[in-house]
Amino acid sequence: MTLFSVNRLQKRFGDRVVLHDISFGVEDGEVRGIVGPNGAGKTTCFHVLTGRYKPDGGIVTFDGHDVTGLPPYAIARRGIARSFQLMNLFDDYSVLENVLVATPELRSRGLDMLGRAARPGPAMDRAYEALSDVGLIERAARPARSLPYGERRALEIAVALACAPRLLFLDEPTAGLGAEGIARLAGLISRLRGRITLIVIEHDMRFLFGLADRISVVHWGQVIASGTPDELRTNPWVARSQLATVGMAA
Amino acid sequence: MSIARTPSLLPLPLVATLVVLGTSPLWNAKLGLYPYVMVEIAIWMTFALGYNLLLGGAGLPSFGHGAFFGVGAYATGLAVTRLGAGLWTALACGALAGAIAGAIVGAFVSHRRGIYYALLTIAFGQVFWFVSIKWHSVTGGEDGLLNIRRPPVDLGFARLSLDANESLLYLALGVLAVVALFLWRLAYSPYGRVLGAVKQNEVRAAFVGHRVWQYKWSAFVISCTIAALAGSLFALAQQSAYPNVMSLHQSGFVVMMVLIGGGLVSFWGPLIGVAFFLLARDLLGAYTETWLLWYGLLFMAVVLFKPEGIAGLWRAGLARVRRAFVHAVPATPARRNESAS
Repeated sequence: MTLFSVNRLQKRFGDRVVLHDISFGVEDGEVRGIVGPNGAGKTTCFHVLTGRYKPDGGIVTFDGHDVTGLPPYAIARRGIARSFQLMNLFDDYSVLENVLVATPELRSRGLDMLGRAARPGPAMDRAYEALSDVGLIERAARPARSLPYGERRALEIAVALACAPRLLFLDEPTAGLGAEGIARLAGLISRLRGRITLIVIEHDMRFLFGLADRISVVHWGQVIASGTPDELRTNPWVARSQLATVGMAA
Repeated sequence: MSIARTPSLLPLPLVATLVVLGTSPLWNAKLGLYPYVMVEIAIWMTFALGYNLLLGGAGLPSFGHGAFFGVGAYATGLAVTRLGAGLWTALACGALAGAIAGAIVGAFVSHRRGIYYALLTIAFGQVFWFVSIKWHSVTGGEDGLLNIRRPPVDLGFARLSLDANESLLYLALGVLAVVALFLWRLAYSPYGRVLGAVKQNEVRAAFVGHRVWQYKWSAFVISCTIAALAGSLFALAQQSAYPNVMSLHQSGFVVMMVLIGGGLVSFWGPLIGVAFFLLARDLLGAYTETWLLWYGLLFMAVVLFKPEGIAGLWRAGLARVRRAFVHAVPATPARRNESAS
């Protein structure tokens, strides 16, 4: 079943067309990779799909509902979460509080002014689950700002997971990570596979070719090729754009 | 730092404040003070805690909050003088007027943040001040509303007169206690935690599904309601309501109190700031008419050198003592004995 589909998405900034014609569909439970060179429009595409920018054209549907141009909070409430490329955390809060405020269970109690946010219950369970997914349980009490870079990246993903998404966008999750961090991330994505649907933007082709079910290649603001990693290795378009050289060598 | 912050049911700083102010009729004469100052301190503490929900809690700098303090004062004054309202009705009218005014102004400012938020709130504050001067038939113009008597406290079985400032002090302390406990609970509630998230990172808060605007707006309304409730008590304390009550000065004072006290880093900081400001006014004011000049210089020094205010100084001091203690108690038993002696 197609969970998420993007049809002829367009975005302009002034007279600069950044997204020409982005179309793709993602199956329920799939891990989809999105690759492309710098400036191809990958991050803009994420911003449009998650509500940060309004599209200038096209239709986005999620689970059979039109979600085109909805504001970020509404998209999040439907079950689409995202991580950020640049870290975007609640720095004064503890690691646990960062994930706790992101849970739908806490959100639904959002107008409760007298109860205790940190009481044991479904919100707390989900917060701990998100921390355990990324291996940060031990750090729960630390202030977010005191974490080293790699763990901040992990917390970034945990906050998105705490939203209990059906569809999760990861924006360049390997950026700045060492070999060990990348391996841990690959492990996390394998564990999430089947539980939720993932769309991953990446520069690191080797990483994506090993993990993604299907990959869409974005160039010049459009999807120039789509397919399984094996299909893409032999795709003449991709070969010509020399995008997948790393991946094909792998 | 605790994993899951839990508020204590009876926070010590509040208890201490209530005890000190509550016993003040016994000792204030010895310090050259008088009961009325304590009433004012209790009222401003209420105002400042409510203000800090916005500044410290939500990171929203409202520089026109005096307007809502004034709206409460006028509404209570009108309820008493025109309608002959009892105490509870008069206070409720004040708070309700503040809530309505806050809801309207909040709808305009809550999409903004930072300097634009500050400027808009100043502009709205001036609008209210201007209305209070020009709308003679209702506000009494520049003279304001005079001869607002203090309705007695009606407990159903008994009626207590508020004519003495000591009695009014206990009413003001009661209101302070209720407001402070409410805000204290709120700080650790789901609402308060989301509000804190909005303060730290509005964008991310929206991307995890929170309706940011709703939180900023409601925090503004709550804060205005508390400001107006404080203003209601102020009208009873002064037995009048006049345009100066909602002037830009008044708005500035509450900001200065909260910042000097350390509202940015501490929930209870504003209490210290209020006591400090009003005592400085009365004690320094007895010596020199230019006390505000000295206070202003002090304020600038705090903002420049210790933006965390008195609460920040206190914490830094505590941390230093603790560090000194850790260094003074070393690993070897011999030296531990030395430091114990």
